Amino acid sequence: MSNIGHTPQEERAMLAAIGADSFETLLDQVPSALRQQKPCDLPPAQSEFELRRTLSGLAAENYDPLRSLSFLGAGFYDHIIPAAIDQIVLRSEFYTAYTPYQAEVAQGTLTTIFEFQSLICALSGMEIANASMYDGASAAAEAMLLAGSATRSERVLLAESIHPRTRGVIETYLDGSALEVLTLPERKGQVDLAALEQALTEKPAAVLLQQPNFFGLLEPLDRVAELQQRLSAETHLVVSADPLSLALLAPPADFGAQTVIGDVQPLGIPPQFGGPSAGYFATRASHARRLPGRLVAEATDAEGRRGFVLTLQTREQHIRREKATSNICTNSALMALRATIFLSLLGPTGLQEMAALCAARGQQAAERLCGIRGVARRHAGPFWREFVLTLPREAEDAVERAYEAGGVLAGVPLSRFWPERRRELLVAVTEKRTPEEIETLAETLEKVLA
Amino acid sequence: MAETKTPEPQQSQSTEAGCPPRRSVEVIYERSLPGHRGYRLPRGAAARWEAAIDALPETLRRKRPPELPEVTEPEVVRHFIGISLLNHHVDRSLYPLGSCTMKYNPKINEELARLPGFALLHPQAPETSLQGILALLWRFERELACVVGMAAVSLHPAAGAQGEMLGMKLFRAYHRHRGHAKRKVLVPDSAHGTNPASVVLSGFEPVQIASGADGRMDLGAIRAAIDDDTAGIMVTNPNTLGLFEKEIAAVAEAIHAVDGLVYMDGANLNALVGLAQPGAMGVDIVHLNLHKTFSTPHGGGGPGSGPVAVTAELEPFLPVPIVERTEAGYRLEHGRPLSVGPLHPWCGNAGVVVRAFAYLHSLGAEGLAAVSRAAIVNANYLMKQVADSFPVAKREWCMHEFISSASWTKKHKVRVMDVAKRLLDFGFHAPTVSFPLIVPDALMIEPTETETRPTLDRFAAALREIAREVRESPERVQQAPHSTCVGRLNEAAAARRLRVRWQAAKERDDAGGA
Repeated sequence: MSNIGHTPQEERAMLAAIGADSFETLLDQVPSALRQQKPCDLPPAQSEFELRRTLSGLAAENYDPLRSLSFLGAGFYDHIIPAAIDQIVLRSEFYTAYTPYQAEVAQGTLTTIFEFQSLICALSGMEIANASMYDGASAAAEAMLLAGSATRSERVLLAESIHPRTRGVIETYLDGSALEVLTLPERKGQVDLAALEQALTEKPAAVLLQQPNFFGLLEPLDRVAELQQRLSAETHLVVSADPLSLALLAPPADFGAQTVIGDVQPLGIPPQFGGPSAGYFATRASHARRLPGRLVAEATDAEGRRGFVLTLQTREQHIRREKATSNICTNSALMALRATIFLSLLGPTGLQEMAALCAARGQQAAERLCGIRGVARRHAGPFWREFVLTLPREAEDAVERAYEAGGVLAGVPLSRFWPERRRELLVAVTEKRTPEEIETLAETLEKVLA
Repeated sequence: MAETKTPEPQQSQSTEAGCPPRRSVEVIYERSLPGHRGYRLPRGAAARWEAAIDALPETLRRKRPPELPEVTEPEVVRHFIGISLLNHHVDRSLYPLGSCTMKYNPKINEELARLPGFALLHPQAPETSLQGILALLWRFERELACVVGMAAVSLHPAAGAQGEMLGMKLFRAYHRHRGHAKRKVLVPDSAHGTNPASVVLSGFEPVQIASGADGRMDLGAIRAAIDDDTAGIMVTNPNTLGLFEKEIAAVAEAIHAVDGLVYMDGANLNALVGLAQPGAMGVDIVHLNLHKTFSTPHGGGGPGSGPVAVTAELEPFLPVPIVERTEAGYRLEHGRPLSVGPLHPWCGNAGVVVRAFAYLHSLGAEGLAAVSRAAIVNANYLMKQVADSFPVAKREWCMHEFISSASWTKKHKVRVMDVAKRLLDFGFHAPTVSFPLIVPDALMIEPTETETRPTLDRFAAALREIAREVRESPERVQQAPHSTCVGRLNEAAAARRLRVRWQAAKERDDAGGA
């Protein structure tokens, strides 16, 4: 019990000092019928040394990420993580601090949040960004709620080409709200513009697209924007954008987006079996008072020194209660800090090089893999980092064999999201993958598909 | 009893607090120099980059680079280390924020969560290659269920508020399944703000119930508010005054009589682990904060993890996917027809769960009971030490936290926030201030089990010293803090100007403004 502040002797002395006969005296308010009679059935306590052995053993029952070759994507990507990030976030000052409620002793956290907001605005082109959300999916759901409250329309339109899990989370969040979820079908992997044109005549609260979309394809945001502005200017164009792609792609603000959201996992956050990551939420200044979550602003003290504070807290649940714009309280500040350090280290040139390398390696891999008999790209459209292949056999079977053949994680079978898409494989190629490793993937697939 | 010296507040030029002399806080953009960079990428096929970019449609391409800072690695490190020194944190000293459970975060947990076999796992790898993490999740779900005496657990919610929201989605799913159209959810007035916000987010109407004179739920008022339209109640136990809700079983019975559900906010579970189980109180749903009770770090505001435990009756409604154990090994089940649907991009914040798993296994059943016991002893001990300077709201023993009131300082023109700010000068974080709303000028104090008696004595002594200052030199308190890197910041002016990004500050300078 090395983390408990006192010994049994000290406890007795403390109880005596406050006039309590025993610990039981303090519990007079807990009805005996509600007291736990039997201890929980838990494994015996382990020392630090034993814990390390137990947990290392469990970790070893997973694949070894350092010795496997990953082409897995679908929302979580195997990007470079600069060493400085972990050293900084392991500072007790950052990771053992609470939400910055007392600004004068939280300037470290508040400054990093202000920086995160600034960097997200720079990438997305928006005017205001919050301190972070749990993840990209919950950010998307909150964007739908914001659009609903800003427009008073009762429908939101989700492109079929967004991450199916994001769609699922939005549906869960909106159950019980006044908003109805409609689907905008895909055509050749991208948003169907004819269907969009028709749907916009219904003046939905929002239309949500993902850029690049779930299949890695670039959505024609220029043409979407043109339709949206012509047919339903009040509709919120909401773009879920991969923040790394924004080093190369025009900021969604250029296309009139009202809100830009996404997940910052590609920016220095390990995949951790799906979380924690952090979502970002950026919008127009005119929506500041509808923004979910925390927001940090520049402030000054009485002598004019600059510092940072939480601001517009009257939007938030701890003040506004049932009238709050969102119920979010804890967010993902430490993961947002990872992204902030990542972007500071990479800078504009490094980020562009990384994104360009993803584009180049992706194209290189697609070319090479389409040279395998029976393998072809599923869609013809332009893509970044990730693309869908059609295989001559079931994708689930192929990835299992590829893994067993030599630790190659060849991609994500789309049948996991759409059971009927049995032969489609989503392949992601990041800057970490060398031409030799792409060749290894190709040779492995040749073998298992033969 | 050891004698405690009156602590000396730090002087304004002191670096003891880790604070450099007072000056404006720096932003990373201010270290930017053209052409600098902090990371070098592997040498790739540079020649192909341009071709790769050209393959992207021109209309979608960025015209100029994003405005990111240009900084070398040593400068990035110096910047973040420099601003880190401006933070208070648990590893420095007491952080007695009520209802936040700022206990020590064991170092081993950070090491274990960073094992590549956990940290670098991709959720879409073949299930046969993920047996270790799936086993960990499966076991931890059952261990948590055992801790709270419930049938099943979902580890998906990313934080307590998302757990609450899941609770309300479960209310919806359950009542829909039973063919009900119930709309009202009862919420005591001492509840956390997330409670009513979560109720509204799920399409219910919150009905606020006034607390009784003893600060607990008023069974009569609740019975009077219950009708056929009542979907359920949200109860925090112990409540935000640090009091055990003695009537919780009777409340549950009354709610169940109209086929309503009882949701328990488990934010204060640190008082109960090993001591009393929500499952025995008639609770149908309870959330736990792994970043409170189970020692995972708060990270300056997150990430957290807010698992939800439910009765067997509600298990079919939990979010998908569910970890299942079969003869062939662990697998994820997505097909649950009654499920509320997905809540998270995958299975919750697994990286946080690994830390909490390590923590629970470091305790075992005995250790778990020792946690709540020490938390309760510490809170009661501190309450008695503090009561002479800041009166305690309720004259009875408390659970893991208690509420003092600073109302008396108003006659000296000192506000509760001034008292909180003055505590910072003594090297402590302030308690939660002005919450719960039902106690005027509340100081909500939760020491947790990891603090020692000398630390609690020093904190109580600081409060005594501040009480003396309020009477003898109130301006010292009104103008606090004096030792921090910046003085009290003008929040009202900040909200009016609303400078929320670096660009805005720079454009202002370009325009010649102040």
